[in-house]
Amino acid sequence: MSRSLHDATRNSFPERAERLTRVESEAAVDVLVTAPLLDRRSWRRWWIGVAVATLLTLVFVGAIAMILGKGIGVLGNNTSIVWGYPIANYVWWIGIGNAGTLISSLLLLTHQRWRAAINRFAEAMTLMAVAIAGLFPILHMGRPEYFYWLAPYPNVMHLWPQWRSALVWDFWAILSYLLFSIVFWYTGLIPDLATLRDRTLGRAGQLFYGALSLGWRNSARHWYAYEKYYKAMAALAVPLVCSVHSIVGLDFAAGMMPGWQEPIFPPYFVVGAMFSGFAMVVVLAALVRWGLKLEALVTMNHFDAMAKLMVMGATIMGLSYAAEWFSGWYSGRHADHSLLAFEFVGHYAPMYWAMLFCNVMACQIFWFRWARRNMAVLIVVAILVNIGMWLERILIVWNTLAHAYLPSMWSLFAPTIWDWAVTLGSLGFFALMYLIFVRVFPAISMHEVKQLVHEEVAA
Amino acid sequence: MAQIFSPRATTIAVIVLVALVSVPVVLIAYIYQVHSSPYATHVGIPVAQPIPFSHAHHVGDVGLDCRYCHTGVETSAFAGLPPTSTCMTCHSQLWTNAAMLAPVRESLAKGKPIRWNRVHDLPDYVYFDHSVHIANGVGCSSCHGDVSKMPLTRKVKPLTMGWCLSCHENPAPHLRPQAEIFNPHWKPGPDHEKEGRMLMAHYGIDKDHLTDCSVCHR
Repeated sequence: MSRSLHDATRNSFPERAERLTRVESEAAVDVLVTAPLLDRRSWRRWWIGVAVATLLTLVFVGAIAMILGKGIGVLGNNTSIVWGYPIANYVWWIGIGNAGTLISSLLLLTHQRWRAAINRFAEAMTLMAVAIAGLFPILHMGRPEYFYWLAPYPNVMHLWPQWRSALVWDFWAILSYLLFSIVFWYTGLIPDLATLRDRTLGRAGQLFYGALSLGWRNSARHWYAYEKYYKAMAALAVPLVCSVHSIVGLDFAAGMMPGWQEPIFPPYFVVGAMFSGFAMVVVLAALVRWGLKLEALVTMNHFDAMAKLMVMGATIMGLSYAAEWFSGWYSGRHADHSLLAFEFVGHYAPMYWAMLFCNVMACQIFWFRWARRNMAVLIVVAILVNIGMWLERILIVWNTLAHAYLPSMWSLFAPTIWDWAVTLGSLGFFALMYLIFVRVFPAISMHEVKQLVHEEVAA
Repeated sequence: MAQIFSPRATTIAVIVLVALVSVPVVLIAYIYQVHSSPYATHVGIPVAQPIPFSHAHHVGDVGLDCRYCHTGVETSAFAGLPPTSTCMTCHSQLWTNAAMLAPVRESLAKGKPIRWNRVHDLPDYVYFDHSVHIANGVGCSSCHGDVSKMPLTRKVKPLTMGWCLSCHENPAPHLRPQAEIFNPHWKPGPDHEKEGRMLMAHYGIDKDHLTDCSVCHR
């Protein structure tokens, strides 16, 4: 099979701007994508990755055990800054989780064909990021053992969720988004799982992929139903993508605090989420194409398109920050003016300036074509954006709570080792789930890329 | 190529898909049933006591008033359990040698109260107050049942929060005139709906705040 793989990838194929892939036939797509899963090739890089990720996952599990066992007192939260790392991490992970479904749905509905090569692993990213995000509000609760009280279920207390609580909004936003993402991702996988079922040789693999592909036979009837269903789901996804992060924005905007009380928050959070999500997709795309040798399918043209979206995101972020400063100043309220001054020159000012650099300035390099096609630049900027977006989330929490209305309440946040452990550990947990995903499922949507190749070769 | 699955696989697939939805639903319904069953609420299960005290005898046969023993019920949160001396108002003369009453005599001799086991035990975060219920038209038997027919004392109501709220949300059907508060046999009359409305006005009960958290929790 490795021989046919060699034939399939035409490494010497010159990169042409008008084509998105460098594959000449539909069969070659199957070979390229399924080869890493079915061939007995070396998985050394993968095992090293799994080892590191497992180690970090253990740190994550240990930190969670500590937080649940001893209570949230082990974190740096204090009586003024009652939200800390868990909320910042929650917002950050939800943001990461936003891009996958956006790529699948919005780009599908707007006929952006380049999405075909990246949507599968972007959706997987969404799924895992949202699942991790869902953990953080629970970790941040004083009595996490009662988290299920957020759900309306029959109980002998006759209790019903408190709809005025932002926590309940989070619960519904995350849950509906997570369930939707799972269904969307899985049903998108079905034709590819059937391909794997037909290509795999081992009995266990046939049973595993066969059961998951739910009897997909590649018939015209199946495709007819599938296409209709998938378009309908994509149309449903767009409002969900917007709602999930709008709700997160409302968590803040509904709080009567200087710096939070702004109607621009929901759209501004949605843009920020897509921005950070795209940055994460760039990092993952670089890793996936390197790790699985998929350079022929995920080409520099894809990175070019994503970089353009990122420079748009960075510019909108800059405008959002400016709008925030303007409304703070225009409100004429002393508390808002004082907070603005605190943001720019106060205790957290170095982080604030770093955030502005990462989120607004760094991406401006993508106005240049060479930067959009340079892997090193792409990865460095994407990581800077992710750091910048995390800084934004922690600073939204810190600045406002550290500098609210009452000067007697002003205080600073001192992160503890458990804050860092749960934050870095969540990255490890994400990496571990992602590594398992690329080992078990096709990282590229074969049936969609085949369609693309078919159109391109025919044209 | 040989088939991967036998025809039976279709049935299994359908069962799995149905189970994915139905099992969680059935599980939640089952847990709810267990939580509201006597297994969890202990309704109807007599509690073992150091002396097999019979409300049926003392209230039903003899005709003692509730307040003869539970003296604090009108004035304090806790209805109160009688000191041994209350028992001895009669039992210093009656059944003075009965083996069943040996713990009562021992309690008096040693000056140590009898350790009764609680039948109605609310969690510590519920600040239940007997006096406010007695003063506002909720009779003893509304919650404790007709004790004049209980040889051994048992719960008749589940004492879940849902049960508390069912009355706090709509107290009128459970209210009775002041004269009937301590009547263990009281039953609402045929035109109780009208009477209930009048009693609400009589006691000045404001339903709007009866379900606030702080009414029972602090």
